[in-house]
Amino acid sequence: MIEKTVAELSAALSAGDVSSVELTQAYLARIAKHNATLNAYITVCEKPALAQAQKADEARADGASGPLLGIPMAHKDIFCTKGVKTTCGSKMLHNFIAPYNATVVEKLKTAGTVMLGKTNMDEFAMGSSNETSHFGPVRNPWDTDRVPGGSSGGSASAVAADLCAIATGTDTGGSIRQPASFCGITGFKPSYGRVSRWGMIAFASSLDQAGALSKSAEDSALLLNAMAGLDLKDSTSIDRKVDDYTSSLNDSMDGLKIGIPRQHFTEGLSADVEQVIRDALAEYEKLGATIKEIDLPNNHLSVSAYYVVAPAEASANLSRYDGVRYGYRCKSPIDLEDMYKRTRSEGFGDEVKRRIMVGTYALSAGFYDAYYRKAQKIRRLIKNDFNDAFKEVDVIVGPTSPHTAFELGAKTDPVAMYLEDIYTIAVNLAGLPGASIPAGLAKGLPVGMHLVAPDFAESKLLNIAHQFQSNTDWHKRKPPICDGEG
Amino acid sequence: MALDKSEVEKIAHLARLRVSEAESDEVANRITDILTLIDQMQSVDTDSVEPLAHPLDVVQRLRKDKVTETDQREKLQALAPDTQDGLFLVPVVIE
Repeated sequence: MIEKTVAELSAALSAGDVSSVELTQAYLARIAKHNATLNAYITVCEKPALAQAQKADEARADGASGPLLGIPMAHKDIFCTKGVKTTCGSKMLHNFIAPYNATVVEKLKTAGTVMLGKTNMDEFAMGSSNETSHFGPVRNPWDTDRVPGGSSGGSASAVAADLCAIATGTDTGGSIRQPASFCGITGFKPSYGRVSRWGMIAFASSLDQAGALSKSAEDSALLLNAMAGLDLKDSTSIDRKVDDYTSSLNDSMDGLKIGIPRQHFTEGLSADVEQVIRDALAEYEKLGATIKEIDLPNNHLSVSAYYVVAPAEASANLSRYDGVRYGYRCKSPIDLEDMYKRTRSEGFGDEVKRRIMVGTYALSAGFYDAYYRKAQKIRRLIKNDFNDAFKEVDVIVGPTSPHTAFELGAKTDPVAMYLEDIYTIAVNLAGLPGASIPAGLAKGLPVGMHLVAPDFAESKLLNIAHQFQSNTDWHKRKPPICDGEG
Repeated sequence: MALDKSEVEKIAHLARLRVSEAESDEVANRITDILTLIDQMQSVDTDSVEPLAHPLDVVQRLRKDKVTETDQREKLQALAPDTQDGLFLVPVVIE
């Protein structure tokens, strides 16, 4: 049962074939068995989860219903959860018990979900392999010597190995889509501002967006239905009608115009990944779509611009960690400056400190125009490229990552790690919705296909993803760790 | 743009971080690599391009100037490393 999608579990719950308590127990047992290996969860909430499941079952007995009622899920440890440790993968917050729920957490609680626990992640969401976590790396269930991707690596690994039915994640430069690709699941990032950022620990405020890691596009639609919407507590949240994202899942692909960016099929893309993506595109052609090559001429500048914008915003956001009000404080500081400096140097890991310093440098006196302002101009060029492309096509499709999951410890050079997000990063700079769906296997490892749609075309994007999944079974392939288990 | 040790020290101070003598070269090299990556964007002429601050070009929403937060001092201070009489304690600043 635990391998099923949310849509299937929801049907089983309403038919009375299983209770939320039974499902929750099954996931908790699965976590107990595999989490020591995968390290997907930082915190497991056994007792509260069973209590929430009990409550969901009682509500259902009283006549309540809803697609997420009683569904056991996980939250990335970047979302504040009232009374539950919220670490953001950092020593800085190793002891932080959030005093309130993030809007996303509150909304999903109201929808009746059961929170199994908090998933591991790169420290402050800075990383593409989940190796920067203070709580140790997460492992990929397809091959435990390999990384799950990052930064939402714990959520991706947990969904892929059936340690939960679905999970939240966040995506600042590819942090939902790349781990979804590496772990063979569906990852969905909505348009910037579609989902509230309130209570979601800030990394780069003009790029961060919450989304879903799920077993199908339909499940992402179900989660987005409950997560999306205006929140006055987030001043960048968008005041725009929330669609029923499931309503157009079955629309036909006939006449769909797919653009494939030449810049995403050049050197650097591994041959076996390219073959999988080309085969997947042929599936869409069979369904009536037409394929056209397009150009995103400034795509190659996206990583450079991102590594100004994101670190600059991070250096401002992370200045709040000063050892005064919450979180880690160094031992026996001799004066205030010593307290700030030692607290921050001991509390942050190397990658976080590097990005704070790059951002601080970019924002320091005399450099603003050359760095931050320049990057914002490049950002405009990147956005214009997408606007031009969407005059000709409905969706842009390519690989999510240049290759499949790599081995732990294989990439020690930060710049090499940054280039991991070469296909995904421009989407955040432009604020567009994007998804990664399983498209096939290369040497036994999952390959993700990247889908990008215009602003707020979430329904269309999920429709396109769902149609692929209705005609193929790549999203149902399970990692070896799941063999022989129910 | 290559950074030297004294620049690393200056940035570290601005960011209230401490970089030890032993890590200083490594940090300078890594940051220099990142700045080299960043400098790729300098090759493009953007004189006539308007900067994009918000991905959807939306302006900030303003709320009414009205108190909406309730007093949660005790609850929030329970998280603090050190407090006394409702105040956050830090090392002595003025003798």
